Amino acid sequence: MTALLEVDRIDVAIGALRLLDGVSLAVERGQILGLVGESGSGKSLTALAALGLLPLIGGRVTAGAVRFDGQDMGAMTDRQRRALRGRRIGFVTQNPMTALDPVQRIGAQIDVVSRLHLGLSPAQARARTLELMTQLRIPEAAAVAEAWPHQLSGGMKQRIVIAMALAGDPDLIIADEPTTALDVTVQAQIIQILGALVRDRGVALLLITHDMGVVAQICDRVAVLYAGRLAEEGPVAQIFAAPSHPYTSALIGCIPQEGMARGTLRGIPGTVPGAAAFPSGCRFHPRCPRASDLCRTVVPPLTGTGPRVACHHPGGPA
Amino acid sequence: MSAPAPLRALRRPLGAVAGLWLALVLLAAVFAPLLTPYAYDVQSLPDAYQPPSSAHWLGTDEFGRDLLTRLIYGARTSLSVSATAIAISVFCGMVLGAAAAWFGGWLDRAVTVVVDLTWSFPEILIALILVAIIGPGTLGTMIAISVAYLAQFTRLTRAQILTLKGETFIEAARSLGAGNAQILFGHLLPNALAPVLVGAMLATGDAIILEATLGFFGLGAQPPVPSWGGMMSAGSALVFKAPWVILFPGLTVAITVVAINLYGDALIAALDIRAKLRTGP
Repeated sequence: MTALLEVDRIDVAIGALRLLDGVSLAVERGQILGLVGESGSGKSLTALAALGLLPLIGGRVTAGAVRFDGQDMGAMTDRQRRALRGRRIGFVTQNPMTALDPVQRIGAQIDVVSRLHLGLSPAQARARTLELMTQLRIPEAAAVAEAWPHQLSGGMKQRIVIAMALAGDPDLIIADEPTTALDVTVQAQIIQILGALVRDRGVALLLITHDMGVVAQICDRVAVLYAGRLAEEGPVAQIFAAPSHPYTSALIGCIPQEGMARGTLRGIPGTVPGAAAFPSGCRFHPRCPRASDLCRTVVPPLTGTGPRVACHHPGGPA
Repeated sequence: MSAPAPLRALRRPLGAVAGLWLALVLLAAVFAPLLTPYAYDVQSLPDAYQPPSSAHWLGTDEFGRDLLTRLIYGARTSLSVSATAIAISVFCGMVLGAAAAWFGGWLDRAVTVVVDLTWSFPEILIALILVAIIGPGTLGTMIAISVAYLAQFTRLTRAQILTLKGETFIEAARSLGAGNAQILFGHLLPNALAPVLVGAMLATGDAIILEATLGFFGLGAQPPVPSWGGMMSAGSALVFKAPWVILFPGLTVAITVVAINLYGDALIAALDIRAKLRTGP
């Protein structure tokens, strides 16, 4: 089975800055791919590339291709890409607080998506909206549909944003850090809802996050992005059991564990380098405990058949 | 659900008093022919210079015309000219401002330069220049006032749209397949509307003063059509002989403008514009 969304070795640049370098991903129906990495590693750029929205921020794909259901998105017209967004690809934005139009009622904002993409009448669209809201466990859906965005809590707004993403009956949902702006308890609910969607509807989900805990909880596969390059990619179970890339093991080391002694939670020293000054060779080498001279000069290729890893010295926990 | 903002503004005491006065003036202007016992343009020299009395509640002017009648008909002129001018100004300003913010580039620079240039002159100066070009009269006054306030609404709309363009809900709408027209007319302009409408409300007050000023200079509505400014102009020669001729139109202008401002303030509070623009936690 070919993947629904296939990101094939894409380079993305804004002006002269090359921000993504040969990133490849594949998401299949009924599967959740977690895309992780620190801020500035290119997660959101990958999402925008998959939506064909890079021009919004002045970016472009300079090499490689994004294929949706076998079709090259780069070869499509603007109109074709627009018809895809909302209809076959749903997008859940990062911050639900500002993702809703403050002067439109909740229901109308969901209605518009199915009216636009499915050609429903206003009454049919509203019926569909209420059905979606009920499925997302929004109490008193009819009353909430008449409310204004400022009257809802953050968790409720995020459910509305998810309902908007689902209204066009998409095959793929891209969620860009859907829980970052929410309370921890609400985070768990939203993650649960997203997981249930994939199981019940068989949609594909690209879940962008920087929380390895969330990945361990619901993802099937995980792709670790560092400074615009893929560090490691593979099935969650295998990668969490035996991370090969030192960056992956460092990220896993950042998850608080039960019974951890005080002061043993590890961070990763240093910060993600800026795109204007990416280090030579392996971009992780300045922060890597295993760095050798080889790492400083030669870019490690992505190798392996199960989990793929880009490291000269792959191995167990560092 | 709560009542619409224009009604909620009436719940504030000052807003209620101001709203009452404005409603009174508006109704009087609309139903002028039914309310007035005299004709506004029929002269009756024996009745000239009459002080307020039971026959002429506000007295008569130098031609013996009933002042109350002329004041009510003057409300028609003053209000319709000011309101129409501001409506034109708001419409053109929103189109210009939205286009500048939306398309950016040379269009934005051109609009900004021209608008900032007119912004740097007082409104009265721009209006005077324009009336001088177009010629005095109701139409000339209307055009002059609308151009004088154009800069204000263009700037306001442009700033609003520029801020809103970067909002997440615009990105969200785009990511769900919304086109340019839907983003601009469905999301950006409705969000920019509330502050612009309040601005329009307050500008209408200023426009009434501007209209009266032009009328006072003899550049507004031409006799015998009454306008508040024109009546004050006529009365200015009679301040000592018949002070009511200038007093009542002057008072009407002052009270109406204050009422518009008070109601506008109540409207701002009722709309809670700042809270509405920010929907954060």
